[in-house]
Amino acid sequence: MTDTMKHSLMFAAIALLILLEGLTDWSFFSGSWNSSLVILNMGLISAIMALGVNLQWGFAGLFNVGIMGFTALGGLAVVLTATPPTPGAWSAGGPGVLMAMVMGALTVISAVAVTRVLPKGRLRNFLVLAILVVGFLIYRALFDPSIEAIEEISPAISGNLGGLGWPVILSWPVGGLLAAGAAWLIGKTALGLRSDYLAIATLGIAEIIIAILKNEDWLSRGVKNVVGLPRPVPYEVDLQNDPAYVEWFASLGMDPVLGSTLYVKLGYAVLFSIVLIALLWMAQMALKSPWGRMMRAIRDNEVAARAMGKNVTKRHLQIFVLGSAICGIAGAMMTTLDGQLTPGTYNPLRFTFLIWVMVIVGGSGNNFGSVLGGFLIWFLWIKVEPMSLELITLLTSGLEEGSFLRGHLMENAAHMRLFTMGLILLLVLRFSPRGLIPEK
Amino acid sequence: MDVLNAIVALTNFVMIPAVAYGSQLALGALGVTLIYSILRFSNFAHGDTMAFGTMMTILFTWLFQSWGVSFGPLPTALLALPFGILAAMALVLVTDRTVYRFYRDQKAKPVVFVMVSLGVMFMMNGLVRFIIGPGDQRFADGERFIIKARAFKEMTGLREGLAIKTTQGITVVTAIVVVALLFWFLNRTRTGKSMRAYSDNEDLALLSGINPERVVMYTWLIVATLATIAGVLYGLDKSFKPFTYFQLLLPIFASAIVGGLGSPQGAIAGGFIIAFSEVTITYAWKKVLRYLMPDNLDPDGLVQLMSTDYKFAVSFAILIIVLLFKPTGLFKGKSV
Repeated sequence: MTDTMKHSLMFAAIALLILLEGLTDWSFFSGSWNSSLVILNMGLISAIMALGVNLQWGFAGLFNVGIMGFTALGGLAVVLTATPPTPGAWSAGGPGVLMAMVMGALTVISAVAVTRVLPKGRLRNFLVLAILVVGFLIYRALFDPSIEAIEEISPAISGNLGGLGWPVILSWPVGGLLAAGAAWLIGKTALGLRSDYLAIATLGIAEIIIAILKNEDWLSRGVKNVVGLPRPVPYEVDLQNDPAYVEWFASLGMDPVLGSTLYVKLGYAVLFSIVLIALLWMAQMALKSPWGRMMRAIRDNEVAARAMGKNVTKRHLQIFVLGSAICGIAGAMMTTLDGQLTPGTYNPLRFTFLIWVMVIVGGSGNNFGSVLGGFLIWFLWIKVEPMSLELITLLTSGLEEGSFLRGHLMENAAHMRLFTMGLILLLVLRFSPRGLIPEK
Repeated sequence: MDVLNAIVALTNFVMIPAVAYGSQLALGALGVTLIYSILRFSNFAHGDTMAFGTMMTILFTWLFQSWGVSFGPLPTALLALPFGILAAMALVLVTDRTVYRFYRDQKAKPVVFVMVSLGVMFMMNGLVRFIIGPGDQRFADGERFIIKARAFKEMTGLREGLAIKTTQGITVVTAIVVVALLFWFLNRTRTGKSMRAYSDNEDLALLSGINPERVVMYTWLIVATLATIAGVLYGLDKSFKPFTYFQLLLPIFASAIVGGLGSPQGAIAGGFIIAFSEVTITYAWKKVLRYLMPDNLDPDGLVQLMSTDYKFAVSFAILIIVLLFKPTGLFKGKSV
């Protein structure tokens, strides 16, 4: 059997699993097409995130554990581009916030300039410190009253700036841009140091981005969440009230509720598939191009690549920004799918480390591998819970109904998914470190 | 008088909490730094090792409490601590045998080790959540305060009270004892010396007949002890929640890197630097300033530089500054 055959069979197996989810309610399958499509949609998004991480890790060997942050920035992009602007918010605090941002940037820029221009010594230290302190005071003086003014405007429904009111699809590339900006900042400081430092720096930036989303109410409404984000697909209720659709669903043998929910989810699936295929095509082209070969050369031997005149730090920065932008796009898509931005739900175990499991299991360095890993691991992430529940029911069937141990085990079965993911990661790293579809 | 009041307020709200938190961070960072210098990778599972040790301590505490055993005014958890440490030691030794040793024999790259430690982190995290659940656990019992705020006010006649929690006292005392023992071990005993030799130059250490597996085993044992103690102290002082322990990873790494990865002295200094900066930057200074400023200049805001939710941002900012200006840390660490 050729490799292509083998790999196509693996994709077919995943497709079969997702189909079975809709077809049968045997064992851990639920037999609901809605659930099947939910898995498919999140699987598509996960595959895109895995593509982004594969770009960084598989192509360039960069260890980014801040994926959650870039995903969250994508989510913020949806709020900032697609929601309607809050009436009066811009005039109340917009100029103040912008001025404060400019002031903050000026402070940092002038501090950096002073560090560059002046020679080392006490004068330089003193000047830099003075610039930072004065800059911070001016920043707060401009910033505080403006955000208070913004947050005072009908705090129960908005209390934030709102967005530009653009079509929500546009927020996906904007999400990519936001994430790219953050990645550029972090890459500028941490790339070029040893690999562990990049990991810790990205871990930190992710936590900070989440902290900002949770606390800056004027921007993202914080933990009050932004709900009812605009959608790129029609609403179920509208479909159910449209006689033409109801008739069409009836001709397919579905009642209007089922038909409309499936229709909407399929709509998302089509949109996400288009993005995934486009990105996959680009990543494949990049991999085969001279640029991709240069990246892998740098990954495999930095010293030799440097000797050939390649600017390693610059190339690293470039691919780090690109990979993070893809994660930002995926994050914006996910928030669009959810229809809400809930900063409180971002958890690094789910949004960073799970993506890593996808890339490693799928096969780092191979784009198709990451896509496969994305689907497979997402399916398992959803299904490990019912699986472990079944397993525990089976194992404890000897115990009596009300026993403490049985109750405790059943109650905590949900936490087995983290354990299982760790186990899968360790097993793959040990016995098949190149993943399901290895790099060519 | 006002100056005294200001000093007392400052001690009560900034100094004491920061010293306690700094000791906890320092113990955690010592573990990270030891792993880094002997096994040469950043252990992402460290927060979850702390969580596991603490969880076992809590389970033993509950067992003792159900037997009616108590430790007088001190928390029962201190009695349970040795058992928690033993459990954590068993866990890390099993992990080392089954997981890390394979990659050590292969001489895998550090980044592979980090990846593997991610897997271990997942499994430990799942295990802890599976056994004790994801919720908040408070397990401090015994006397709550060494000095109560009201008693202090009556004693001194000042307007500001000073309270020292028993857990804060225990934290500082334990940390001093543990650090003293650790340094004695590293500097005076044969095993400790062989550990330092191995950390400085692996090849030379192997040539002079040091058994690497033995060094690695002792390192894991020490790390399990440090992690459990740090975790229990943190849990006594605040509360135990698996996710919080996972999040402690960032300030702990920041402490270790600021001090210089691989340098034990650096880890301690780093722990206190991070703790003091976090507390002072997120503290609302109004209370202290009110005593120091003339009446008409009373600050109207809280005079808080950043809200407490940004404490991660503080450790991170310090980390970045150190990485930019002194990548090897304040005490020459071994990493570049």
